[in-house]
Amino acid sequence: MSEATIGGIAGRMPKFIRRADPAVLTAFACIVLLLFVGSLYSRSFLSPEYLLQQLKVASFLGVIATGMMLVILLGQIDLSVPWSVAAGAMMACAAAAYGPVGVALAIPFGICCGVAIGVVNGIGVAYLRIPSMIITLATNAVAQGLMVVYTGGFSPQDSATRAMRYLATGFAIPGVPNAVVIWALIGAAMIFVLTRTGFGRTVYGIGNRERAAYLSGIDTRRVVLMAFAVSGGLSAFGGVLLAGYASKAAQSMGDAYLLPSIAAVVLGGTSILGGRGSYLGTVAGVILITLLQSILSVMQMPEAGRQIIYGVVIVAMLLLYGRAPASR
Amino acid sequence: MKDWRYWLAEQRGTLLAFGIFIVMFTIYTSNHPAGFTANVVQTASNKGVLLAFVAMAQTLVVITAGIDLSVGMIFLLTNCLASWLVIGTGIETAFGVVAVLGTGLLCGAINGAIVIYGRLQPIVTTIATGAVYFGIALLLRPFPGGSVNEDLADALTGRLFGVVPASLVALLAVLLVVWVPFSRSVLGRAAYAAGSSETAAYMSGVPIRRGKFAAYALAGLLAAIGGLFLTFFTYTGEAAYASGNAYTLFSIAAVVLGGVSLFGGKGSAIGAIFGALAFRTIGDLLFVFDFDPLWQPLFQGVILLIAVSLGAFALFRVRNRLEWFL
Repeated sequence: MSEATIGGIAGRMPKFIRRADPAVLTAFACIVLLLFVGSLYSRSFLSPEYLLQQLKVASFLGVIATGMMLVILLGQIDLSVPWSVAAGAMMACAAAAYGPVGVALAIPFGICCGVAIGVVNGIGVAYLRIPSMIITLATNAVAQGLMVVYTGGFSPQDSATRAMRYLATGFAIPGVPNAVVIWALIGAAMIFVLTRTGFGRTVYGIGNRERAAYLSGIDTRRVVLMAFAVSGGLSAFGGVLLAGYASKAAQSMGDAYLLPSIAAVVLGGTSILGGRGSYLGTVAGVILITLLQSILSVMQMPEAGRQIIYGVVIVAMLLLYGRAPASR
Repeated sequence: MKDWRYWLAEQRGTLLAFGIFIVMFTIYTSNHPAGFTANVVQTASNKGVLLAFVAMAQTLVVITAGIDLSVGMIFLLTNCLASWLVIGTGIETAFGVVAVLGTGLLCGAINGAIVIYGRLQPIVTTIATGAVYFGIALLLRPFPGGSVNEDLADALTGRLFGVVPASLVALLAVLLVVWVPFSRSVLGRAAYAAGSSETAAYMSGVPIRRGKFAAYALAGLLAAIGGLFLTFFTYTGEAAYASGNAYTLFSIAAVVLGGVSLFGGKGSAIGAIFGALAFRTIGDLLFVFDFDPLWQPLFQGVILLIAVSLGAFALFRVRNRLEWFL
C-alpha cells in the first residue's frame, strides 16, 4: 500500500529525478541548504564571484576525489593520498630546477611519481593480496620518508613552474578558472570510463564480487592495479595543481585532503564496500565538503569548532542516507 | 593432534611477534652505548607502553572485523583532558583519572553505537568521530600546556624496586584487568565470532551487537589509558594532529606485526603488545646505529612495508586460486 503511494508520487516527478539516486539528491539538497544558510549569514554568498571561487577551490579536491572514487568503487581504499599529493607537488617543483627540459617535464614527472606510488599500492593489493588499508598506509609512510630525506625536513625551496601556475590559477576561457575546466575534463573522462567502457563495468563488477568477476574471465588483478595507478596519478596531479595555486610545495600539504576526499566520495552515495555509486554523487560530495569548509571559515570558526562540526555533519549525513540494510 | 599443537597453531602470530621483539631488542640493547641497564629498559618501556596501549585498543576493534581510525584522536583528547584534571590532592587526582577513563569509554561507546546501531561503516565513522575528538582536544588545549600530579606520574613512569619499569607493570595490570576477562567472557567470544563470520554468529544466537559494542567501548578505554600515560610522561597536554595520526597508523602496524588478522576473528592483544614493542624498538634502532634522524621516517616506512608484505607468503599455501578473493 505505502509502496504504491510512493510510486504514485514518484510517477508524477520528472523522469530525471525518478531515475536519480536518492543519496545524490540528498547531497544536492544539502548543498542548496548550505547555500541558503550561508546567504542568511552574508549576502555575498550567492554572488557569482564567490561561487566561482568555491568551485575553483573544490576542483583540487575534485581531482583527488576522482581517483579515490575509482578505488572505493573496487571496495578498496587509498590512504596514501596525503604523500602522493605532496610527492607530486614536490617532485614537479624539483624537476623545474633542472633547466628548460626540467620545466617542460615538471608536470608529467610529478604525475609519474604519483603513478609509481599507485603501482606499488596496486601490486600489493592485487598480486600480494595485502589489505588495501595497510599497504597504502605503508606506501604513504615510505613516500613521506623519501620526501623527508629529499627535502631535509623543510619545505622545498624550488617553486612551481609557470605552466603549473597557469593550470591552477589562469583563465583559458574568460571567466572560468582553468582548475575548474581541468576538473570538468577529468570528470567527463571518468564518467565516460565508468559508464561507457569495459574497464568501468569491470570496476563495478569487482566491487560487487571480485570472485564472480574473476570467474567471468576478467583479469581482475590487472584492473585493480590500473585503478590504483590512476588514483595515485590523480592525487599527484592534484598536488601539482595545488603547488601551482600556492606557487610552491609544502611538507604536509596533502594531509588536509585524505579525509575530505573519502568523505566527499562517501557523502556522494558511493558505497564504501564498493560496486555502487555514480560520479555525479562525488561531484555533489566535493562541492558539499568545500562549501561546508568555506562557510565555517567565513564564520571565523576556530579550527577546533570546524573539526567538530565537520565530523558531526559527516556522521549526521551518513545516518540520513548512508546506512547499511538492517536485514541479513 | 595433541593439545599443545592446537595451542601453538592458535598462538603462532603472537609467538612470532614475541620472537621479532626479542631479536630486535637484543640488537638494540647490545648496540646501545649504555648496554642492557635498568635505565635503558625503563626508557624503552616508557616509549613502547604508549603504543602498546593504543595497539591493544586497535586490536579489540580489529578482532570484530572493524577498524578504529579514531584511537589516536581519543589518545590525544584524553591526554589534553588529563592535563587539566589529573592534578591536586589525592582525591582530586583520583577523580580526574576516573573522569579521563570515563571519557575514553564514552568516546569508544559513541563509535560503537554509530557503527552498530547506526549501521555505518567503521572506516568512515571513525574518521568522522576522530575529527570530532580532535576538535574537542583542540578546544581543551589550543596551545600545549597544563600539568599533572607529578608524584603519581613519577611513580608510574619510574622503576619498582629499582629494576622493573613501573609502566610495564601497569601494562601487565591492564592486560589482566581488561583483556583477559574480556577475551574469556561471552562478550569477548561474541566479538571474535562476529569478526570471524557475522552471519554464522548471528544464526547461532551469539550476542554479536553487545559483543561488538563492548569491543568498541573498551577500545576507547584502552586508548584513554594510553592518553593518561602520555600525560604522565610529558607532564603536559598537547593536541598535535600529526601525533594523533601517527599513533593511529602505528597502532595498525603494531596490530599487523602482532599477528592480528585485519579480516577479523583472529589474534590477541598480547600479540599486538609485542607488535607495538617490536615496532618501537625497530624505530629506535636507527639511533643506536648513529644514523641521521632524517632517515627515520623512511626507515620506519620500509620496515612497515616489509612487515605487511610478509603476509603475502600465505599465498603460496593457496591451492585454489579463488581463495585469493575473500
